[in-house]
Amino acid sequence: MKFLRKKLDNIKPNFERGGKFEKFAPAFFAIDSFLFVPNHTTKTGAHIRDGVDLKRVMYTVILALLPALFFGMWNVGYQHFSQIGGDLSFLHLLGYGATKVLPMVIVSYAVGLGIEFLFAIKRGHEVNEGYLVTGMLIPLIMPVELPLWMLALSVAFAVILGKEVFGGTGMNVLNPALLARAFAFFSYAPYMSGDQVWVADAAKVDAISGETILGHLASGHEITSHSVMDMFMGYIPGSIGETSVLMILIGAALLLYTGVASWRIMLSAVLGASVMGLIFNTFAVNPIMAFPWWQQMLVGGFAFGVVFMATDPVSSAQTTTGKWIYGFFIGIFAIMIRVFNSAYPEGVMLAILLMNVFAPTIDYFVIQGNIKRRKNRLKKLVKVA
Amino acid sequence: MSKDIHIKRGLNIPLQGESVKKISSFSPTTHYAIQPPDFHGLTPKLAVKVDDLVNAGDVLFFDKNQEQIKFTAPVSGKIADIKRGPKRKILTVEILATAKVTYKDFGKADVASLNQDQVKAKLLESGCWPYIKQRPYEVFANPNVQPKSIFISAYNTVPLAADFAFVLQDRKEAFQAGVTALSKLTTGKVNLGIGAKDAEFFSFVKDADVYQVFGNHPAGNVSFQIAKIDPINQGEHVWTVNPQDVAIIGDLFLTGHYLANRIVGFAGTGVKEPQYYSLLTGQNLEELFTKTLVEGDFRIVSGNVLSGVKILKNSYLRYFANTICVIPEGNHYDFLGWHPFVGNNKLSLSRTFFSWLTPNKKYNLDTNLNGEERALVVTGEMEQVFPMDVYPMQLLKAAMIDDIEKMECLGIYEVAPEDFALIDFTNTSKLEAQTIIRHAMDVMIKEVG
Repeated sequence: MKFLRKKLDNIKPNFERGGKFEKFAPAFFAIDSFLFVPNHTTKTGAHIRDGVDLKRVMYTVILALLPALFFGMWNVGYQHFSQIGGDLSFLHLLGYGATKVLPMVIVSYAVGLGIEFLFAIKRGHEVNEGYLVTGMLIPLIMPVELPLWMLALSVAFAVILGKEVFGGTGMNVLNPALLARAFAFFSYAPYMSGDQVWVADAAKVDAISGETILGHLASGHEITSHSVMDMFMGYIPGSIGETSVLMILIGAALLLYTGVASWRIMLSAVLGASVMGLIFNTFAVNPIMAFPWWQQMLVGGFAFGVVFMATDPVSSAQTTTGKWIYGFFIGIFAIMIRVFNSAYPEGVMLAILLMNVFAPTIDYFVIQGNIKRRKNRLKKLVKVA
Repeated sequence: MSKDIHIKRGLNIPLQGESVKKISSFSPTTHYAIQPPDFHGLTPKLAVKVDDLVNAGDVLFFDKNQEQIKFTAPVSGKIADIKRGPKRKILTVEILATAKVTYKDFGKADVASLNQDQVKAKLLESGCWPYIKQRPYEVFANPNVQPKSIFISAYNTVPLAADFAFVLQDRKEAFQAGVTALSKLTTGKVNLGIGAKDAEFFSFVKDADVYQVFGNHPAGNVSFQIAKIDPINQGEHVWTVNPQDVAIIGDLFLTGHYLANRIVGFAGTGVKEPQYYSLLTGQNLEELFTKTLVEGDFRIVSGNVLSGVKILKNSYLRYFANTICVIPEGNHYDFLGWHPFVGNNKLSLSRTFFSWLTPNKKYNLDTNLNGEERALVVTGEMEQVFPMDVYPMQLLKAAMIDDIEKMECLGIYEVAPEDFALIDFTNTSKLEAQTIIRHAMDVMIKEVG
């Protein structure tokens, strides 16, 4: 690695102040610090520092996403070939899925990181790592049949209007990945819902039916074609990364073990969804209301949304109490939207976006509580005096 | 009377190179200096000029804004030099010491029989006053206010901490006299926080409420003890004194002299034999450093590694020093060093390292930042190391934008910059929390007073 370090050190002066490519310094340093954790030492404050940094945190989330990504690739192949018949060997399915999914991942990263680099160069600040996760999340929450140009446009919309206009990483109100999905959902509805987008080539081949379980329920039918085990394992049509609850749980385990994601949000969202699901079960008048409350959490984007999107620390509530409230209402709204509005069977996306908007308000009231305690202490004192 | 304070959350940072319990004396040097920058918020006005002769206890300079607060010489000798920095800021007042120290006599006194004004006058006159710090703002105390209570924390939880019970082992009498003196200064109580293992040692203490404190760092920080016992409200003042400084105050009454002796723990992997040294405030340390430090690229920190100050080899013992830590500099690159579960020799609050599996391991941490400064993304990690009913991240954000009203609401009066040291250490965004809070306090002093 010394050779690489030497090379980088050789070309570094060109990017430093007064160098030939001074303007591109953020791009150079982004790559440099990606390859090597820099030799920066503490200047003020504590002289020693925790080993963790934002790159490590973000990369942990990507690691947690990998099981869902690989399963998603395999499932793209499985959904396709199990219906039209053909070679069902593991590698064949995975290979077929990869040809569909990898281009989406590449487009997502290329467009998103491209915009981030441009903004960093324009503003002369460092490239933040936030997009590393967003870039992986976006393809995983899209249907496999989404045209790449729509994906690119959604990414651009989310990164520019969802994030950069607010000041970049750490400043956004809404989760950028969900914003990308919401943009695609409302702009290109035929490509984001229905029964022809969730399985590769469903629109071209008559033999393929690709309705999601929620779509099926929303249209008033009961589920007969898939077992609960199918739902848990993920052998069902759906957005690329959302189908396998098992793989998502493996990711969740990593996030919880490392402490990167908030267990409070995950737990309270599950509680909220359970409460709402039980209420609907009790007063069920149609198949989607009668759908068992615990199975609600196995289908659609619920598990994926709660584990990977609701826990986004920037757009979620920041206080401990706030996290409980925020997560709980995501659970409530996710199931409520699913059941009440059959046009939007995917309630999780809207529930999280809605709660993203309310997160600062929740925090505001939690912190007001703290301020009030402080003021009361003072008031008591004045009374005594 | 002994009560317990249990502080949950927090983080102990186990480092290699703890000082062994042995005190060596070091033949005193001839070069001494008192450094006005040691006292935050001081505008020094000189009382001496070069070539003046002084006794130990003679005034060197005083505070321009509160002229009764004096800063005195730790030794007798000749003023050798007065060094100034940019804008003629006074950096050091240097003394060439005489072989035998002659003391200015402030008169012995039975401190128990003195009243508040007499104690105050003696402390101000002798230069012992600046040892008393004031909350809010963590600056030296204003003699014109009445503190509602005084706190001493003899429970030291910082990494490579000096053990106060050990340091004070031969100064029980002085410590007691100091506590009694302090008890005269407040209408409230003097509160002493101690570690459970030191309960026996401190059983001699009178005129103070003694609390046993349990918990990880920052449980030893006095702010967290204040918050548990007698939280500071807007408009109130609480004073704090460091245990060694209490003994110096006590000595003043017992001997009538200003005796600026300090026992300083030398610790860290950059010290050949980590141990304690008996030194004098302001003493030049170059010779001692040459003898005791390991050759190589090390950083010398006066104070603890979380909130101390980087000093050079040719420097003087700072006014409030209890420890001097020497740790490796970290100006190295790490290839893909951000990869989770790589580099497990580093300590982390997050579990993206395996280091948490070996809780008894001691680390040799260097000064590498382990990343670069980033936007605030991760939430909840600051609260884990801030065991107080204050929202640290929100307070920091208010501090960044100098929002005075918000800072007041969020509890700026209850904290000191050092309380944010663990946030400096742990936060993923590599934010300089102590610097931000210190800056905000300066703004508050200017705007609110």
